[in-house]
Amino acid sequence: MARTDPKKDVVIVGLGWTGSIMGIELAQEGLEILALERGPDRATVPDFKYPKVIDELEYGIRFGFMQKPRNSTITVRRNGDEVAQPMRRLGSFLPGDGVGGAGIHWNGQTWRPMENEYRLRSYVEEEFGADAIPEDMTIQDWGVTAEELEPYFDRFEYMAGISGQAGNINGEIIEGGNPFEAPRSRDYPLPPLKQTVDAKMFAGAAKSMGYHPFPRPAANASEAWTNEYGMQLGPCNFCGFCERYGCINYSKSSPQTCILDALKRYPNFSYRVNSEVLRVDLAPDGQTATGVTYWDDEAGEEVTQPADLVILAAYQLHNVHLMLLSGIGDPYDPRTGQGVTGKNYAYQMNGGTTLFYKDVDFNPFAGAGSVGMAIDDFAINQIDFGAEGFIGGSYIVAGNSNGQPIRGISLPEGTPKWGAGWKQGIGEWYGHSMSIGSHGSCLAYRDCHLDLDPTYTDRHGRPLMRMTFDWKPNDIRMTQFMKGKIEEIAQSMNPDSWQSSFKSEGARYDIRPYQTTHNVGGAIMGTDPNTSAVNRYLQAWGQHNVFVLGAGAFPQNIQYNPTGAVGALAYWAARAIREDYLPNPGPLA
Amino acid sequence: MTPRFLQTSRRAFLGGSAAAAALAALSEGAQAQQPLPPLEEYAPVFLTPAEWAFVMAATARIIPSDGDGPGAQETRVPVFIDRQLAGDFGAATDLYMQGPFTPDADMNLGTQSPLTPAEIYRQGIAAFETWCSNELGAAFADLPADQQDSALQALADDDVGLEPELREFWTLLLQNTKEGYFADPRHGGNAGMQAWVYIGFPGARANFHEWAGRDEAYPLGPVDIAGERA
Ligand SMILES: Cc1cc2nc3c(=O)[nH]c(=O)nc-3n(C[C@H](O)[C@H](O)[C@H](O)COP(=O)(O)OP(=O)(O)OC[C@H]3O[C@@H](n4cnc5c(N)ncnc54)[C@H](O)[C@@H]3O)c2cc1C
Ligand code: SF4
Repeated sequence: MARTDPKKDVVIVGLGWTGSIMGIELAQEGLEILALERGPDRATVPDFKYPKVIDELEYGIRFGFMQKPRNSTITVRRNGDEVAQPMRRLGSFLPGDGVGGAGIHWNGQTWRPMENEYRLRSYVEEEFGADAIPEDMTIQDWGVTAEELEPYFDRFEYMAGISGQAGNINGEIIEGGNPFEAPRSRDYPLPPLKQTVDAKMFAGAAKSMGYHPFPRPAANASEAWTNEYGMQLGPCNFCGFCERYGCINYSKSSPQTCILDALKRYPNFSYRVNSEVLRVDLAPDGQTATGVTYWDDEAGEEVTQPADLVILAAYQLHNVHLMLLSGIGDPYDPRTGQGVTGKNYAYQMNGGTTLFYKDVDFNPFAGAGSVGMAIDDFAINQIDFGAEGFIGGSYIVAGNSNGQPIRGISLPEGTPKWGAGWKQGIGEWYGHSMSIGSHGSCLAYRDCHLDLDPTYTDRHGRPLMRMTFDWKPNDIRMTQFMKGKIEEIAQSMNPDSWQSSFKSEGARYDIRPYQTTHNVGGAIMGTDPNTSAVNRYLQAWGQHNVFVLGAGAFPQNIQYNPTGAVGALAYWAARAIREDYLPNPGPLA
Repeated sequence: MTPRFLQTSRRAFLGGSAAAAALAALSEGAQAQQPLPPLEEYAPVFLTPAEWAFVMAATARIIPSDGDGPGAQETRVPVFIDRQLAGDFGAATDLYMQGPFTPDADMNLGTQSPLTPAEIYRQGIAAFETWCSNELGAAFADLPADQQDSALQALADDDVGLEPELREFWTLLLQNTKEGYFADPRHGGNAGMQAWVYIGFPGARANFHEWAGRDEAYPLGPVDIAGERA
C-alpha cells in the first residue's frame, strides 16, 4: 500500500495563490514540476458557473468550497493552562481546499503594508524607545523593506489586474489615492471600482472631517484586463456573491482567472488533485529534503515523491503543520522563547459601527468583494504610540460586499432575535443600514504560537496542530482607539441610530463567528536563524531546498489583508530561486 | 482505513428504502414549476410524527405568520429542516467527530458534542418535550402561543436543563429556521421566494453593475436558481 514515483525537479505542496505563482515562474525555467493539491480540481466552468454557485446556503453557509474539519482541522486554546479543543466546525476562519485554494473565494482586497510594518521592532525602538514594547510582545523585523519588495508588489498587482488609485508614485502624492502609502513605481493597472452608496456617504463625511478617503484596492476588475501570462479578466458586475464563492464572471483575480490555464499549457508542469501531502521527507542528515510523502485518495495509498526542491504553498496553517510534522526548524517553546517553528502566530483585530437610515436604499446585494472607500489617517505610521499607549494601527473603511440574508441582517439594538419582532425588524431594516469597519493590526506575543496537539489526530493519524491564541490588551487598546474615531465619523453622518461592536477589555477569542482568514506567523522570516524559521528569501534555514510561502512568513500581522504581501513575497522568492538558487543551490543567506 | 466516525451511514437516519425514495423525489429539480403539495401532506424523511409536530409548532413561533411578511409555515421552513437533517448537514459529514469529547468546554471553543446535528435534534426535542410536559403540562404543539413563546425563551436561555451534549439545540433550531426562510427554494424552504420578496432581496440575479451606488429602490423581484420569478 505504498509506491514511489519517479523523481521531479520541483514538488509544490498546495495549488492555491502561492503554489500557482511559484508553479508558473519555475515552469518558465523548464523544470519538471509536480503540484500536489489535497482537494478536488476546480474551474470557473463547471464549478463557479451561473446560477449553480449563487447558492448562499451551499457555499456561504455550509462552506462548500472550504476545508472540511473532518479531513483537516486544528485544536485551539486561549492560553497554556487551557486544554485545547478541536475546531469541529468551521467558524473564525475558512481555509481553502481544492485547486485555487482560498484564492477562489476571497474578497480580493489587495493591499501593500506600510513601510514601518516591515521593520516594526526597529521602528518602535527608534521612535518611541525599547521600553514602549511590552515585555511579552515578540515583534520582529521582516528582514526586507518596502523598497526592496516594491517591484514584486507591482508584479503581483499587474498579474492580478488590481483596480485602484495610487496615492504616492515615487514620492509624489496623488490626489484621491492613499497619501500615506509607501511609494509605488506606477499607478494600479485598472481604475477604481464604482462605489456603493455607503462608501460614498462615508467618503464624504471623512473628507469633510479633513481625512483622506481613497478607493480600497480591489482584485475585482473594474475593466477588462489581460495579464503577462495572457490571462484575461472581464469587468466585475457587482454580483454580490464574491467572498465564499468562485466568481461566475471571470472578474475576480484568482489562480483560475490569472494563472492556471496558462500554467497548464507547460508540458513540464503537472498537478494531482485529492493528494494530501503528509510530510516533507528529509535526508538522513536532516540538511536537505528528499521530497514529500502524500496520500493518493484515488489509489488509496501513500506515495513517496522524490524532488530536488520542495515548495510549501499549502496556506499558513498547513505549511506550519507540515514543518512541525517533518522536523523543519526547531519547534518554538513559549516557556524558553527558544525554537522557531510555530513562533509568533497572529491574527487580525477588527471592529465596526453600524449606522441605520430608514430613508436610504443601500441595495446591499449590488456589492463586490473589494468595493469601499477607506482612510489610512489612523494607520500604523500615523499614530504616536507613546501618546496613545498602544502599538498598531488600522485602516477604516465602508463598502458593501453583499446583501446575502442568511449571513446576517443588521438590526437596531433591542430588536428581538426571533418571533414577531424579529420578522418586523428584517422587513424594516434590510437594505437600510451600513457599517464602518476598522481592520487593524494584531501583534506577536510570547505565548501565541502553534505546536502539535498531544491528544487529537487527523484521518491519517497525524497529530493535529494546536493553536494557542487570545486577544491582548495592546491590540484591544488599538481597537478601542479606532472605535472613538469611527464613532465621531458615524455621528457626523446623522444616522437614525447607530451601534458599535469592538473588542473591549477582557475579550476572549471566540472561534465560532467568522472573523477573517488572515492567519499569520509560525514560519516567520528574518535575518537570524535563532529567531526566524525562514530567511529573507523564504528558504528554510536548515534545509536549503525547502521554501515556505504564504503569510506564515509575517513576524506579526499587518494592519491590512495579507494577500498583497503574500503575492509579492511569492514573486520575491521566485526571483531568488530562479536567479540565485538554481545556478548555485545552497543557502541564500 | 475509513475512520470510525465516517462509517455512520445516512441509513441510520433514513430508516429504510421508502424514506430514501422520498428523499430522492425531493431532490433538485423535482419541485420546480408544479404547485407544492400542502405542508400537512408532506411526508417527513427524518423527523418522526411527534418531532415534525414540534418543528412545525416551534418554527411557527420563531417566524410567526401574522404581521407583515410570510411566516415559517408559508415558506415551508419545516420541510427545509427535515431535508437538512436527513442529509449531510444532519449527519455531520463535514465535522470533526473524533474524541475525546468535552461537551461542557468553554462555549468560545465551539461545539464539542459527540452528537451529530440530527442526533441533537432527536434528543433535544425529546428532552424539551419532557420539560414542557413536566413544567407546562402539555406537549409543545398543544400549548397556547404565549406559553410556547416563553418555553422557547427558556430554551434559548438554557433554562430547561439540557445536557451539555445538547446545548447547541436552540442555536441550531434558530439558525436552521432562518436558513430555511432565506435559502434558495431548491432546498425546500422559502417557498415562492416569499421571504426574498418581503425584504427586497433579488435572489440569484447576481448582476447589478448599474445599481452600484444608486440610492433608490430596486424595481425587480427575485429569481431563483431554477429560473423561477416572483
Ligand atoms: C472568505 C475569505 C476571504 C478572504 N478575503 C481576502 C481579502 O479580501 N484580501 C486578502 O488579502 N486576503 C483575503 N483572504 C485570504 C486569501 O485567500 C489568502 O491569503 C490566500 O489565498 C493565501 O494564499 P496561499 O497560497 O497561502 O493559500 P491558498 O490560496 O489557500 O492555497 C493553499 C492550497 O493548499 C492546499 N493544501 C493545504 N494543505 C495541503 C496538503 N497537506 N497537501 C496538499 N495540498 C494542501 C489547500 O487545499 C489549498 O488549495 C480571504 C480568505 C478567505 C477564506
Ligand atoms: S462581485 Fe465581481 S469579482 Fe466578485 S464574484 Fe461577483 S462578479 Fe466576480
